[in-house]
Amino acid sequence: MQPRRFERLIEFLLLAAAALSVFTTAGIILVLAVETIEFLREVSIVEFLTGTEWTPLFANRHFGVLPLVAGTLLVSGIAMLVALPMGLLAAVYLSEYAPDGVRRLVKPVLEVLAGVPTVVYGYFALMFVTPLLQRVFPQMSGFNALSPGIVMGIMILPLVSSLSEDAMRAVPSGLREGAYALGATRMQTALQVVVPAAFSGITAAFILAVSRAVGETMIVAIAAGQQPRLTANPFVPLETMTAYIVQVSLGDTPQGTLEYRTIFAVGMLLFLMTFGLNLVSTWLRERFREEYS
Amino acid sequence: MKHRADLAFRVLAMATLVVALVTLGALIIDVMADGAHRLSWQFLTSLASRRPEDAGIYHALAGSIWVIVLTGLLALPLGVASAIYLEEYGTASRLARFIEINISNLAAVPSIIYGLLGLGLFVRTMNMGRSVLAGACTLALLALPVVILSTREALRTVPKSIREASYALGATKWQTIWYQVLPMAFPGILTGLILSLSRAIGETAPLITIGALTYIPFAPDSVWSPFTVLPIQIFNWVSRPQAAFKENAAAGILVLMGLLLAMNAAAVFLRDRFQRQGRS
Repeated sequence: MQPRRFERLIEFLLLAAAALSVFTTAGIILVLAVETIEFLREVSIVEFLTGTEWTPLFANRHFGVLPLVAGTLLVSGIAMLVALPMGLLAAVYLSEYAPDGVRRLVKPVLEVLAGVPTVVYGYFALMFVTPLLQRVFPQMSGFNALSPGIVMGIMILPLVSSLSEDAMRAVPSGLREGAYALGATRMQTALQVVVPAAFSGITAAFILAVSRAVGETMIVAIAAGQQPRLTANPFVPLETMTAYIVQVSLGDTPQGTLEYRTIFAVGMLLFLMTFGLNLVSTWLRERFREEYS
Repeated sequence: MKHRADLAFRVLAMATLVVALVTLGALIIDVMADGAHRLSWQFLTSLASRRPEDAGIYHALAGSIWVIVLTGLLALPLGVASAIYLEEYGTASRLARFIEINISNLAAVPSIIYGLLGLGLFVRTMNMGRSVLAGACTLALLALPVVILSTREALRTVPKSIREASYALGATKWQTIWYQVLPMAFPGILTGLILSLSRAIGETAPLITIGALTYIPFAPDSVWSPFTVLPIQIFNWVSRPQAAFKENAAAGILVLMGLLLAMNAAAVFLRDRFQRQGRS
């Protein structure tokens, strides 16, 4: 083969590999959409999105997804109450205070925390955190939202702190020096100059963290229970969207049945929620990059 | 007064880090205390069993290794090819920019969604069934964004002068990449691959969704075999009410974490060697 044509061929093959990612996205949307449309032929979209009972596996079937959404939001909310303040504090400390030695010690620990498989966190939530919390709240059930929420928060903390730290480190040092020159303390500089300057980057990190929490599966599948319930009570068992998909996948639900399609409909909703959050996060990060370049 | 607030803030921030550290410590100690006494040669070489004291992890460990090796074989060429295109060819084109945005969005899609994709595409449409191959294809798609990202970083560390010297000797673009750039970047690429596989090996949800079995009393013998993996076996044991199975779960976690540790150590070793080479 002529060298030039060979070069062309190679470039085409490389492009094809790169385009695979676009096909993956298209594949996800297609697979979810096909089954969701079939699902919506039998269940009205109004019932699906506004119904308050989710019992597709019972004889008396209801397809209101709100209990699953509420369960997801409750656990994610608890996780965010842990991950956001702690992650931001850790980031401020690492970016503005910590000497190099401390940073070298702490960063690998955070990486390990982020790398622990989620099924391990699930075990930890069920077997360690829940019994511990039950000593404080005796009315708490063995499956609940609080314990997986807290553990999920710890799991997401490294994501929040490392992305926020990146954002704060990108703030030009001239701003800090200006604040010091005006007599500000380190804390005043950090909280009133650096954090506001890095605000869109930090917000992007927060949103990405929410998206992670919403899509997290094994911790809630193990420690939150399998009872769809429209509640804000963190002490009782409930079910999240992801845990429902796992529950159905574990059983042997035949293809083509309405039960089988429910997991794609729930998956579609989950995909749209996380995809929307990711887009906002990307947009905010891009904007932040422009501000200081 | 101002400085006292400053000190209080610093203490609070450090306390946060201590909480993170203590949690990690508690997790490790808890799992060790629950499961260490179950670890034995018998546990590593026995198959699943209804009796917790006879049950072992062999089939799941073998399944994990099958799936992860195949995932690596699929993700490495695809990931490297994508990265080469984005880094060396399509740097400024709109198409490349679109692909980039796509990849960064894919990286944040929940893993369970990949499981639904695998179920619809590989298991049903392509008729792979609930096989090792279907699991590996699913995990390869999941791992790709990370492999691409780390490969691009590795490619970027190759100095421009190397490329220019190669061009000056009359090499074509592909010859330059194949004979000069890739060999130099290879240790870095491999490090990234191992790290992304160490994430994939802990993935549970996508494999449950494609229908990997939770109770399977044999190890896979081909890419078409049904299979289970370590995290699914752990999940299966955690979900049982008997305390003895929970101890098995803890022992399984120790095996999984050991595997992760070994993979990460290999990655760090490669990275160190790579850095020393780069300097000399």
